[in-house]
Amino acid sequence: MTLAVKQAPSASAAALAVLTAGHRRKSVIAVSALVVFCLLLMLLSLGAGAFAIAPGRVADILFAKLGFGPVDLLDSREALVVLNIRMPRLLLGALVGAALAISGALMQGLFRNPLADPGLVGVSAGAGLAAAATIVLGDRFFLSNFAMKLPFALLPFGAFFGGLISTLALYLIATRQGRTSVATMLLAGVALGALAGSLTGLLAFISDDRQLRDLTFWSLGSLGGASWTKLSVVAPIVLPLLFAVPLLARGLNALMLGEAEAYHLGVPVQRIKALAILLVALAVGASVASAGVIGFVGIVVPHLIRLSIGPDHRLLLPLSAIGGAALLVGADIVARLAVVPAELPIGIVTAFIGAPFFLWLLLRRGRIAEL
Amino acid sequence: MAILEAGDLSFAVRSSTLVRGASLALEEGATTIVVGPNGAGKSTLLKLLTGELSPSHGTVRLDGTALPQIPGWELACRRAVMVQNQRLAFPFSVYEVARLGLEGVGRAQSRARKEQIIAQALETAGVIGLAGRQYQTLSGGEQQRVQFARALCQLEAGRSVAQRQILFLDEPIASLDLCHQLSLLDAARTIAAQGAAVLVVLHDLNLAVTYADRLVVMHEGAIVAQGEPATILDDNLLRGVFRVSLSFSRLPPAGQPFLLPQQHLTPVQPGGVVPLRAASA
Repeated sequence: MTLAVKQAPSASAAALAVLTAGHRRKSVIAVSALVVFCLLLMLLSLGAGAFAIAPGRVADILFAKLGFGPVDLLDSREALVVLNIRMPRLLLGALVGAALAISGALMQGLFRNPLADPGLVGVSAGAGLAAAATIVLGDRFFLSNFAMKLPFALLPFGAFFGGLISTLALYLIATRQGRTSVATMLLAGVALGALAGSLTGLLAFISDDRQLRDLTFWSLGSLGGASWTKLSVVAPIVLPLLFAVPLLARGLNALMLGEAEAYHLGVPVQRIKALAILLVALAVGASVASAGVIGFVGIVVPHLIRLSIGPDHRLLLPLSAIGGAALLVGADIVARLAVVPAELPIGIVTAFIGAPFFLWLLLRRGRIAEL
Repeated sequence: MAILEAGDLSFAVRSSTLVRGASLALEEGATTIVVGPNGAGKSTLLKLLTGELSPSHGTVRLDGTALPQIPGWELACRRAVMVQNQRLAFPFSVYEVARLGLEGVGRAQSRARKEQIIAQALETAGVIGLAGRQYQTLSGGEQQRVQFARALCQLEAGRSVAQRQILFLDEPIASLDLCHQLSLLDAARTIAAQGAAVLVVLHDLNLAVTYADRLVVMHEGAIVAQGEPATILDDNLLRGVFRVSLSFSRLPPAGQPFLLPQQHLTPVQPGGVVPLRAASA
């Protein structure tokens, strides 16, 4: 039998089209604004520091390098600073920032929770521990002189496995039957981070002076050691990752409904999860190996992007990369200018921005128990 | 020929058997409604039929092919599921939630076609006016209708791949007002009328009787009766399964059963020993 039902009049499909077009326009504006902002920061970053160079002069040098200006400009002291010192540092900062922000967005998608962040839940600490172990134990036990000549080839691998093991451990502890408990995740992250921290402390205790200096560098994070050589090790890891990430966007979107629902929608849930964990470990490993432990980028950036254009991963992931690059480049400018001629470890700057932001996030949500 | 056939399904977790020996077929164009008291195994049965759980015994066949042999993507084209869980991790808009129905099966569709599918589904579910709202700010009933729209999107997008489809709805009207209860069930029947098989888990017996072509009654994990609602429902079955005494009448002219609860009997405790008298009925 049928029952006659009158539907209340509702907005037409035309109004819907206006709505989606509006959102698309807003997204385009947000993307363009962020890209322009990031490029401006980069230009500023090449000029900023103890040895200040005007942005116009920086632009001249870049154009000369690209073959559009007088070649003799390239022999100047300023060109040397811009091209050989600040450029690799800028690119390293941008890559590390992009990698950290993307891994934050990926972890938040994986755990279906906006509070997940590789720094916060011990993944960076795990990668840092592995890096520290490579530094301290490397030349004591299992590495020949040959391997020690390639520390930057070895460190990313160590840090990668450290990150992978922490991410897997965290996922196994916090997720039962496809549901992730936030409280368990955060607490397990604190415990894992503390464990990794204490082991790193132990390594510091048994290390010699040179190793100790290296370890301090890892634990606070710094882009100070940037060089073209270092960049040539990190870029081949991070760049492919940036291209792999969009493949996950649809799957992560579906996963926001829950694992069973994503399965019903025809999304290969297990493959998406495995790939996300692997990418997080790779990104965090490469970042920690090249710039040490830098916190809060992964939580601040994706959250701001969600606030401005929504949680759709197809936009969230690439925009997080750009935003992360901008944040770290900006933080590096602050780190270089705050205490001229010395410089602050960049991890201090990001924590100074990120920790209050995190608290604000908690207060604003007000109902963390439900997350 | 039935689109889906399940034979002798059982599902056990550790020592407890949640579904035992269930067999049923979902026919093209038919609405099948599953009823039963809390913990009777309705949702578990639905999970077995959708492939979310693998049965410990028995098989589910979709057009003759066993469920595990169908790739996830193809399966998603052939059946859509609306589950009870309505939570969502991030502040998606209503429009985006409906679009999630296309994330798996809709990849090949053009943008214009996708927008058309979403608009149509939102219209059918009566939530097109909420399209720009944030899903998390909606009431439970509104969220439920958005989830229905999402399932409709998936079904519509899958139709270009598979014609013989199934729509599974697990207690789809639990938080809805009466008007929207009827409107959702009407929409489900319309989908059945277009050739799909529809399976709905419901609690309201009168609605079940009204909308079901075929009624399945579950009790303690087993299907204790199935068939045309008018013929299988009787006082004995209702007392035995639902532990209520009802005034049971038939409405003219078709003799459709009408149930008015009078008083409840002692509820069966989980794992209790109250014998099931209706099983022989």
